[in-house]
Amino acid sequence: MTNTATTAAEKPRVAFYWCAGCGGCEEAVVDLAEQILDVVAAVDIVFWPVALDFKRPGVEAMADGSLAAAFINGAIRTSEQLEMARLLRTKSRVVVAFGACAQLGGIPGLANLWDRNSIFQTVYREAPSTANPDGVTPQTSQPVDGETLELPSFADTVRALDQVIEVDYYLPGCPPTAKLIGEAVHALLSGNLPPRGTVLAPDRALCEECPRKDSKPQDLALNAFKRPHELILDRQTCLLAQGVLCLGPATRAGCEARCVQGNMPCSGCFGPTSRVKDFGGKALSGIASLVGSTDEQEIIRILDQIPDPVGTLYRYSLPSSLLQRRRIGAKSA
Amino acid sequence: MLNRNLQALENPPTEFEPLIVAFFCNWCTYLAADLAGTSRMKYAPNVRVVRLMCSGRVDPQFVLHAFANGADGVLIGGCHPGDCHYQEGNYKTLRRFHLLKRVLKQMGVEEERFRLEWISAAEADRLRTAVNDMVAKVRALGPWRAPVSPIPEQRKPVAEEVAA
Repeated sequence: MTNTATTAAEKPRVAFYWCAGCGGCEEAVVDLAEQILDVVAAVDIVFWPVALDFKRPGVEAMADGSLAAAFINGAIRTSEQLEMARLLRTKSRVVVAFGACAQLGGIPGLANLWDRNSIFQTVYREAPSTANPDGVTPQTSQPVDGETLELPSFADTVRALDQVIEVDYYLPGCPPTAKLIGEAVHALLSGNLPPRGTVLAPDRALCEECPRKDSKPQDLALNAFKRPHELILDRQTCLLAQGVLCLGPATRAGCEARCVQGNMPCSGCFGPTSRVKDFGGKALSGIASLVGSTDEQEIIRILDQIPDPVGTLYRYSLPSSLLQRRRIGAKSA
Repeated sequence: MLNRNLQALENPPTEFEPLIVAFFCNWCTYLAADLAGTSRMKYAPNVRVVRLMCSGRVDPQFVLHAFANGADGVLIGGCHPGDCHYQEGNYKTLRRFHLLKRVLKQMGVEEERFRLEWISAAEADRLRTAVNDMVAKVRALGPWRAPVSPIPEQRKPVAEEVAA
């Protein structure tokens, strides 16, 4: 018994935590399949609320810097997530932003097109499926039977992890692939780490590793943007050449073109390469310039076939974009 | 310049002076501005001109960066269609402009704050009209404030209003 305890104490201690995300990143850890046994053999998981029964006071009791690494997935939206991110930062020598939401803000980040009030209004009052005759909305504290119950507060603006704490490494993807997670864990364990701030995936565009690369025409000219359900997609030809909006040219490689292999266009979950500040702006630049017309009205008509530019171009990166969120209350927009 | 404008926004003067960032191409619109200058034409002094070789060099990120860092409007000036020194740079600008305009609209940026003008080297008067008109419209809209403070080069933790 003492022996086991000693061995456990000597192993690097790691934590996993889930903020504003769908849980797919947690699933990705489980998807390591038999690889996870190597991980479990090599590290001591001391905090992983989704899988194991650890509590926050346990983490608070740990010495500062006593965790080798914390893998935090999900964006930061509530006060609880902010507190946990800060707590894990204090306790960990390395913090890894795990997945698109932690790295860039992710899908929850699209809520930055609204604010707390408009979200509460829609969800708790106006949605057709909402039955809320008393108009109850979440309150941060509520007296019940002489006691006060508290809920975390809900921010107007969703944040990427590095907008609230220092982040050492980023694992991109929605979710990160088992291969990249495995490589990251190995790098951490061996101490053979790249410079702080590195995104742990190749720094080149997805087209570079796309199996359909050779079928991408030299001069692409798009006369229509079609959505995947509107046509039967050829499985060999470049999706952009088939008129489907594929964000491969602007997106970081490393996923091995999984969506394309499933005959779906890239939606940009691996985010930008290191030379790009604003993923959506850069993707817009590349995609729009491919429109195959010089006539202004025709150009507008073709571009109108992209129904939701922000939701398409910033699907995973709105909080980490240059503007970060919509300005509420602008006069004419 | 932008920082000064930011400071000015924090202590607003009695009358709002819009700050317009203008990207002019080297071969047409910049020369029109030059001509306006040598012709002693008077136009609103609110434009800060950035000269680029071609309007096609205007990366949408430049426009977003300007709006994130205190610009009240962004004006792009290029050669007339068919006149681009590099054959088709201005067509690429035209395509990007229309998609970017929709993105900006979704982000709460009013339409009048983002403008594309074709102005040839001889059209100093057209430049004056475009600048004056844009400044008047942006002045009427009032200052654009980026919804959150810009992210510095090295991202730093943002003290947040989470608890608000």
